[in-house]
Amino acid sequence: MANTSESSSAGQAMPVAVGQISAGLSAPGGGGTDGRRNGLDFSEAKPSRHSQDKIFHAVAVGCGALILVALGAVVLFLLLRAWPIFAGPQAKTSAVFASLSGGKAHGFWQYVGPLVFGTVVIAALALAIAFFIAVGVALFITFYARKRIRTVLNYVVDLLAAIPSVIYGLWGALVLVPAMYPFWNWVSVHLGWIPLFAGPAANPPRTVASAAVILAIMIMPIITSMTRDIFAATPRLNQEAALALGATKWEMIKLTALPFAKSGMVSASMLALGRALGETMAVMMVLSPGMTYSWHWLQASKSQTIAANIAAQYPEADSLGVSALIATGLVLFVITFVVNLLARRITRKGGAR
Amino acid sequence: MHSTKLKRLIAVVSSFAMMAALSACGDNTPADSSSASKGKNSGISGEFHGAGASSQQGAVEAWIATYQNHNRNAKIAYNPSGSGAGVSTFLTGATAWAGTDAPLNDQQIEQSKAICKSGSAFDVPVYVSPIAVMFNLKGVSGQGKHLNMDAAVIARIFDGKITQWNDEAIKAENPKVNLPATPITVVHRSDKSGTTNNFTSYLKAAAPNDWGFQPQENWPNEVGQAAKGTDGVVSSIGQADGTIGYADLAKAGTFGTVSVKVGADYVAPAADAAAKTVNASPLHAVPKGSKRVVVNVDYATTVAGDYPIVSSSYAVACPAYKDAKTGAFVRDWLSYVLSDSGQKVAADNTGSAALGGALTQKALKSVSAIQAK
Repeated sequence: MANTSESSSAGQAMPVAVGQISAGLSAPGGGGTDGRRNGLDFSEAKPSRHSQDKIFHAVAVGCGALILVALGAVVLFLLLRAWPIFAGPQAKTSAVFASLSGGKAHGFWQYVGPLVFGTVVIAALALAIAFFIAVGVALFITFYARKRIRTVLNYVVDLLAAIPSVIYGLWGALVLVPAMYPFWNWVSVHLGWIPLFAGPAANPPRTVASAAVILAIMIMPIITSMTRDIFAATPRLNQEAALALGATKWEMIKLTALPFAKSGMVSASMLALGRALGETMAVMMVLSPGMTYSWHWLQASKSQTIAANIAAQYPEADSLGVSALIATGLVLFVITFVVNLLARRITRKGGAR
Repeated sequence: MHSTKLKRLIAVVSSFAMMAALSACGDNTPADSSSASKGKNSGISGEFHGAGASSQQGAVEAWIATYQNHNRNAKIAYNPSGSGAGVSTFLTGATAWAGTDAPLNDQQIEQSKAICKSGSAFDVPVYVSPIAVMFNLKGVSGQGKHLNMDAAVIARIFDGKITQWNDEAIKAENPKVNLPATPITVVHRSDKSGTTNNFTSYLKAAAPNDWGFQPQENWPNEVGQAAKGTDGVVSSIGQADGTIGYADLAKAGTFGTVSVKVGADYVAPAADAAAKTVNASPLHAVPKGSKRVVVNVDYATTVAGDYPIVSSSYAVACPAYKDAKTGAFVRDWLSYVLSDSGQKVAADNTGSAALGGALTQKALKSVSAIQAK
């Protein structure tokens, strides 16, 4: 199942297929002109070719527009449904935020602040854990693994990527979290002098650290499968040149594969970060939420993510409460948008070499 | 490649699923006691939908099963979407009735005038169940085992003031129990919940000096851990030693439960003790709407044998429906739900408290006035 062979075979098959299609689509019974045409002279081309082109053009433009329309519709929906909470009378809206936060917040920014903090911290932590492991796995698959192991690993990675997040959440909440307590406890005892790992470690450890680990396991296969394909596409000539100059395998990877794949790795991690930012079920099942700006990752009830908060509060919320939750969703939308924008910037810089 | 294997696998799996589904059809009729509603074969037919409080789900499912046994032509579905969502759905006119843990507010009464044929919606209590304070403590907890606590101690535990199980305050009330020095981990709900509202109402009413927060649906402090839904709380309590939380008594399982100090004695959580409290509680004087029966639960009761931590859940209906068939159904349905046999079915299936007495009579009066023509 190595993707490289697949893509190359597809590449070979493509022209043939296109030829067949165009042959099939040309006007029936039209043996047509025998005049030889070079590639630039379309004066005698059949009108059907032109109309095909036009149709394809229209379809492509339509697809492009559809994306924009969908995005616009989402933004519009968020703005419209969130509007009541911004436009409503101060007394009413502050009562809504008080009821949503257990009396801790009275305004929108006061309410959404800790949520943004929690969302970003948990997603970033998950990415930090997942990125290095994922790249390591990808490097192993591409450069070190034997064929049989490679096939097995590819299967496993693709399978991991296909597991729904609810399953990760259930497994995390029922199996992984209780099992992780001894480890977190050890960390808090021995590394507790670092504020991040200040104890006492919560038991059961339904904490930011545990949630980040679950998310890391969830997003790892995404990064792995993308970077794996990019590493596999490293120019063979460069690799051989590096080896010919006496580079060891690690030096060869450092000199050729990593620079080549840099922008790809960034975009893969941004995709993964997007998934981590928006993950709902797994976080809701694993994390014990709180509304604080706390860096104590091993203590429970410190942080909460926007998506999990919406899911937890939505069923019992009244109409203004729903508006408030949708407004937080709007903030999440902006965050993911900014993340993607940054990723674009970085990859463009990387790809401009 | 493996298409035959795959097909075989699909066939096996789907046949299992079919068997499971078929067998499920057979055995979900709950313990039926006596004959059901008075409106037996009253010609109720059609499809009717309700939505709302998830706390009522078990009871409503039991009611639906027995009701449909006696009204073969009625198809009823209840969506446990949550109180807020249920009332919102009802106010769009999409459902026949709603279930809610919180009585209607003025704005909702006002909005209901648009969907009711005449008058405004009313709410009546249909489901009362005891909320137990349950704990998991090695050597102390176990099925049917109790620790004694008064409201002040419970409030201080849930506010993080008491952090060890062998605290003097707990010891003083349980002189015979050998309490370990395990740290206490409080577990509460992370989602908006009627159960939290009832529990914090109790703490505020019974221990005003030790509980400085207003009653509300969201947990007010950062003490301990939060988990989503009753099931989340129960599974978190089970995952570690030294945990304490609150949930429906029916979910207590193998945990120990707290006997609460009422007056001079300690009362263990029980359905009949909860029903006693609710029946003795005064009715809430509602500012808006008519025909409403809203209980002002006396959480600070000192009457011997009353269990004070109860959740009461309501059904919301219109006094007259634009569709007469729906009106006839809701009248018949809620009459059955409030009847002795209906309440018994719920109690047998969910461990709730069977209502009865003057309160239910009042609710039945409102329900039987629903226009069915």
